Amino acid sequence: MSEVKEREPWFSPKNIKLLTEPIDSKNPVTVLVLGICSALAVTVKLKPAIVMAISVTVVTAFSNLIISLIRNSIPNRIRIIVQLVVIAALVILVDQILKAYVYDVSKQLSVFVGLIITNCIIMGRLEAFALGNKPWPSFLDGIGNGLGYGLILVIVAFFRELLGSGTIFNYRVIPIDWYIKNGGFYENNGMMILPPMALITVGIIIWIQRSRNRKLIED
Amino acid sequence: MEHLINIFVKSIFVDNMVFAYFLGMCSYLAVSKTVKTSMGLGIAVIFVMAITVPVNYLMNKYLLLPGALNWLDPGFANLDLSFLSFIMFIAVIASMVQLVEMVVEKFSPSLYNSLGIFLPLIAVNCAILGGSLFMQEREYETLAEATVFGVGSGIGWALAIVSIAAIREKLKYSDIPKPLRGLGIAFILTGLMGIAFMTFMGIKL
Repeated sequence: MSEVKEREPWFSPKNIKLLTEPIDSKNPVTVLVLGICSALAVTVKLKPAIVMAISVTVVTAFSNLIISLIRNSIPNRIRIIVQLVVIAALVILVDQILKAYVYDVSKQLSVFVGLIITNCIIMGRLEAFALGNKPWPSFLDGIGNGLGYGLILVIVAFFRELLGSGTIFNYRVIPIDWYIKNGGFYENNGMMILPPMALITVGIIIWIQRSRNRKLIED
Repeated sequence: MEHLINIFVKSIFVDNMVFAYFLGMCSYLAVSKTVKTSMGLGIAVIFVMAITVPVNYLMNKYLLLPGALNWLDPGFANLDLSFLSFIMFIAVIASMVQLVEMVVEKFSPSLYNSLGIFLPLIAVNCAILGGSLFMQEREYETLAEATVFGVGSGIGWALAIVSIAAIREKLKYSDIPKPLRGLGIAFILTGLMGIAFMTFMGIKL
């Protein structure tokens, strides 16, 4: 019996699903609890949050691709070190590019660019997906997870910047006359800039997501 | 000496790895369901940080910094390898974790049985790499300072995970809105604990 093996189209429904699922029902941050470390520290302003989201997406996608390409030749015992070397090499590239083109953001992100190496999203996707799948789906999975992570980052950063500094992308949204010091009634919520509020914001996002999607509730 | 105590207290309370920098959150949230296991992981983290931060300090000082290779040959005096620090640190951490695992297994099987499962996890715990990167960024000057910082950060992390585990054990008996159970409430709790820890800010010894 000869089976006609049809080539899967590049954007088949299954592949599209790889791309969209991590954004909501399999979100790496709010559902799989991966990559929280850096998700919170870089969200005081939108700009660093977006730069971080793009960096993580790039590193996740390409490390997934590379590991998937060499997955059959990695000895099982030393796979963690191999993965770490691939990730670290990509992160060094990203770090050097950031330093060259957006130096101010790179200074703000400080050690958190380096910490992409130990971002659990990347290791988690490598272990769970790239080691057992073909390069193209792995690449899409990496991009999808990067986007899911980026989405949470942007939502958190949006609220923290709006309520904490009254700006969006450093562009003033709340009119300067509203402030108490100018005779108005408004004051920035200084608490939003401090680290604990990031955690509480994510907690609330999880709360909203889970009341919308009851399947995700844990008991 | 006072200087060292200052670094020690600061790294535990003021610059707490979890509450001030959100490092090691993944295992912090995943393993903090019971006090016993989180105690095990906490001790393992203290142990590994106390070893890797000083080792990475030496690596940084004698291999990576500009002119660090001077001891090898004066010709290398202009060499700056600091862009390699990520790969160097992570390699040191991964191999140190393996080494520690083997040594502990050989000499103290009972400790190995209680830490065993956690040790491999630690290689990818951001708090460990974060400790080394902060050590590099803050430019600690002596080996003693780096060691004290490593131990202190480890203790701070352990303190955080043990206390959240204790709270989560108690939480089992409280009536939380269903969608908030588990992960959601853990986040909010960590935020509240962070606010509590902020009162240590500004302490100077």
